[in-house]
Amino acid sequence: MRGATAIAGAATFGVGRCPGWSALEMAAEAGRLAVAEAGLRLDDVDGVFICLPDDLFAGLSLAEYLGVRPRFTDNNRTGGASFMSHVVTAAAMLAAGQIDVALIAHGSNQLSGGGRLSTPAKSNQWEAPYRPLYPLSSYALAAARHMFEFGTTRAQMAAVAVQARAWANGNPEAFAKGDLSIEECLASRMISSPISVRDCCLVTDGAAAIVMTRTERARDLAQPLVPVLGAAAATWWNAISQAPDITTTAALESGARAYAMAGVKAKDVDVVQVYDAFTINTILFLEDLGFCGKGEGGAFVEGGRIGPGGALPVNTNGGGLSCCHPGMNGLMAIVEAVRQVRGAAANQIGGVEVALAHGNGGTLSAQATVILGSAATL
Amino acid sequence: MSGAEAVWRAALAEGRFLLQRGVASGRAFFPPRGFEPGTGGDVEWFEASGLGEVYSVTVIYPKPPAQAYAAVLVTLAEGPRLMSRVVAEEAVIGMKVRARILEEDGAALLVFEPA
Repeated sequence: MRGATAIAGAATFGVGRCPGWSALEMAAEAGRLAVAEAGLRLDDVDGVFICLPDDLFAGLSLAEYLGVRPRFTDNNRTGGASFMSHVVTAAAMLAAGQIDVALIAHGSNQLSGGGRLSTPAKSNQWEAPYRPLYPLSSYALAAARHMFEFGTTRAQMAAVAVQARAWANGNPEAFAKGDLSIEECLASRMISSPISVRDCCLVTDGAAAIVMTRTERARDLAQPLVPVLGAAAATWWNAISQAPDITTTAALESGARAYAMAGVKAKDVDVVQVYDAFTINTILFLEDLGFCGKGEGGAFVEGGRIGPGGALPVNTNGGGLSCCHPGMNGLMAIVEAVRQVRGAAANQIGGVEVALAHGNGGTLSAQATVILGSAATL
Repeated sequence: MSGAEAVWRAALAEGRFLLQRGVASGRAFFPPRGFEPGTGGDVEWFEASGLGEVYSVTVIYPKPPAQAYAAVLVTLAEGPRLMSRVVAEEAVIGMKVRARILEEDGAALLVFEPA
């Protein structure tokens, strides 16, 4: 499976603010752009993969809107891990010859549509009576335990937000720009301790789409080849109270399987995109994906290591914290990874051969990891 | 015959905090189920000791004038973990706690107090 499929097209649409558009319209527009830049036609698409916040039958709606009759439709709902999970499914189906062109899309108008996180998900009946904020308090419980066990500090979490902002300042597409200091983060309003306003991702509009084909076909298409070297998903729980160890996520498993399939290790990855719904996420996933040891994530993100000019570039578009967060951020992370491999990112890192994109869904519940390479890695 | 959740809630309404364990494994778990998670094995009910320890805490700050409140995760002496509330000025990680059953919004609610 390694390198058998490739991402042939990638596009974003309406990043930041996109008033007057529905989520479906935005996803479809991103899809049209991704298909066009791949050098394909809409009616080449025979596999449709999507997750929308407001449409349980989104795959059917998108196929209808595009005017295509897919051989397979997938509405996987694992939150922000949906899109990396779509890559797992699409890669297997393409390799098996069940489909030829997969379109994976997402769109959200949650900023223009109300300004709050748009999600049909909520706390289950065992947690709801204690009134946690969903999903925020679940991440806060993980952060509090990480601080207790490993001495992680709020300033270290703030360092994640500050470096995300530094990347956003170099990205014309990013929504939140301007100076941001650790002191400002620490002084921002507490929401569910230890998570304050600046530990939280943005609420924005935005849409993204990618097109996947078998690698042999992608070689003849319009864009530089970006093969999928590895892709894997893992689910360990839904409710945060069911986490055996709240500081270790299923990224440990999805990452290990994606690395094994790709034949690479964390040290071979040139640029990392992780779903940073909250600052603690970046710390947890850098640990679970093997960039540092368990409990070392707080110290790891200090000193500018993951920001511009740092040793490990993380969330180079500004991430969910400062670029764009349309409710579920997974597809934005994949598009940024594709751009880095192509050499076409706003904050381009030199000589990217291997890029990792990691998605998180629910309350640290579902994890999925995609590893992309350049043509030279095949 | 009811599902496991209804059995548990009926017991709680009578002032009893029940847990389940696998008959073969002896392993306790929560929330209640019709079979042991992971194995599908038969389960039996038993009375929980009610003792536990706070595993994590978050304090939620709603917009004033609403008061801040804490949500906690408690690791029970029998092993399972659940979300709850500690009836105390402050809850901290590692605090030993004991279960208590309140009535809230017309239903029995499992909370904890310092042990």
